[in-house]
Amino acid sequence: MSTKVVDRSPLTFYERTYLPAILGGLKVTAKHFADTVFKGKSVTMQYPEERWVVPEGYRGAPYLVKDQEGATKCVSCQLCEFVCPPKAIRITPPGAEGQPADRHNAEKMPKEFEINMLRCIFCGMCQEVCPEEAIFLQKDYSLTGESRSEMVFNKEKLLKLGGTHAGIQKWKHKLEEAETQETFPVQTR
Amino acid sequence: MESLQYLSPTTQFVLFSALKILVVFGVVMTGVAYAVLVERKVSAWIQDRVGPNRTSPFFVDYIPVIGPFLVRLGIFQPMADGLKFMLKEDFTPSYVRKIYFWLAPAITVVPALMTVAVIPFGSTLGSEKMVIADLNVGILYTFGIVSLGVYGIVLAGYASNSKYPFLGGIRSSAQMISYEIAMGLSVVPIFLLTESLNLGDIVKYQADHGWMILKQPVAFVIFLIAAFAETNRLPFDLPESETELVGGYHTEYSSMKFALFFLGEYANMIASSAMMVTLFCGGWTLPGTLLSTPSSSLLVGLLHIGVFLSKMAVFMIVFIWVRWMLPRFRYDQLMDIGWRRFIPVALANILLTAVVVAL
Repeated sequence: MSTKVVDRSPLTFYERTYLPAILGGLKVTAKHFADTVFKGKSVTMQYPEERWVVPEGYRGAPYLVKDQEGATKCVSCQLCEFVCPPKAIRITPPGAEGQPADRHNAEKMPKEFEINMLRCIFCGMCQEVCPEEAIFLQKDYSLTGESRSEMVFNKEKLLKLGGTHAGIQKWKHKLEEAETQETFPVQTR
Repeated sequence: MESLQYLSPTTQFVLFSALKILVVFGVVMTGVAYAVLVERKVSAWIQDRVGPNRTSPFFVDYIPVIGPFLVRLGIFQPMADGLKFMLKEDFTPSYVRKIYFWLAPAITVVPALMTVAVIPFGSTLGSEKMVIADLNVGILYTFGIVSLGVYGIVLAGYASNSKYPFLGGIRSSAQMISYEIAMGLSVVPIFLLTESLNLGDIVKYQADHGWMILKQPVAFVIFLIAAFAETNRLPFDLPESETELVGGYHTEYSSMKFALFFLGEYANMIASSAMMVTLFCGGWTLPGTLLSTPSSSLLVGLLHIGVFLSKMAVFMIVFIWVRWMLPRFRYDQLMDIGWRRFIPVALANILLTAVVVAL
């Protein structure tokens, strides 16, 4: 056991005049004052101009991403809509007569995809559950708007903000695999 | 200037007094606005922050080179602050005692501004003395007026009809009344030495015999600390104490009424600084230079005012600086220092001075 006995001896007369406390205070404040004014050692950040570095793995706003060919990755399976705890996502499927998907190996894409950023809690479940790797929590942390309706991001906006995701190209290899099976004997890569 | 000679002395007196009142009022108001800015800036720097550095009205673009620098210093911030207070909603809660609620801010501000009247802020400009009222009982007048200041705060606490302002009011009445005694006693030795209650005579005495701060350091220390207590500044800001009483006596106030309390506090600071400069630091004189005697030259007259204002600014900065040095005193400690330390020491100081003067 390491105990530290704190010195609680009664204050001396000098200490009871408050003078050492006042002088100590003067010294500390003067030092901080000089450091800030002359050495520019302020600890604050001039926010809108200066911004901090967002760390990897940060869970910011969820956006839809395009694949490397600029096509919509989302196939409107609605898993994210179902899993979303605050029910911030609303997907309108294309329906039987709707527009087909704009990429290979997909049957459909959403007619409309809305995320209400005021409801979103940035939990990342949509990203977790997405079988197509179409939605990612990105680095945006500062979402502002002038009205509630403005904070409901639609598909177009989400795709624009999300950008192209060229990381994992899940279907590219599947497609190559399928194409090789057209010929016989099967050539494995 | 020629035409002024044909006016009767009374008309001249009224004219010049009105002019001086207007100018001094303007200077004090500007002083208050910029004291708030200095307070914010110095506080920020002491706390490793930057402080207000954004306010840039449209005409800044037309100021070359130093424009952005002034913006970074926050020179235009007081304008924005003032405008903000004008535009805010003036809310009167339903449960307050309305007449007193409306009266209290005025009662706080008026005495704070009135104390400035007797302070000689310069020697002469032309043939005109640079003091609004050259009273022979100047200091008595000041103490009389200053003690009215407490009523505004007490009234605010009472009129608000809610817990925290009430506690703030009680504290302030106890604090300000007890420190007034110490303050009053601390300046008695000065009158023993100068044999006059006129503040102009006190300045003159100091110009001839050296500053009072050197002759009466004990009196100065007591006066300084009592001034902190009288102006409700930290470490004696018990009536306000944001951390325990929300906002103290002005919790229920908003908009311009709150601004008046704010203004009163800073005007009090300015008045106390002016008093300390006059009583202890030689007023408008600067020893060892031409500036220690009244002069008829306009330039020297202006320089005297400049000297006075710079000395005052030093005290204002001390007021602000001390705020970040010491934690707030506990109520009983505060009363203990006031009654059991300062009053006996001040009395002993009077006795000692009296004996020395008599010998």
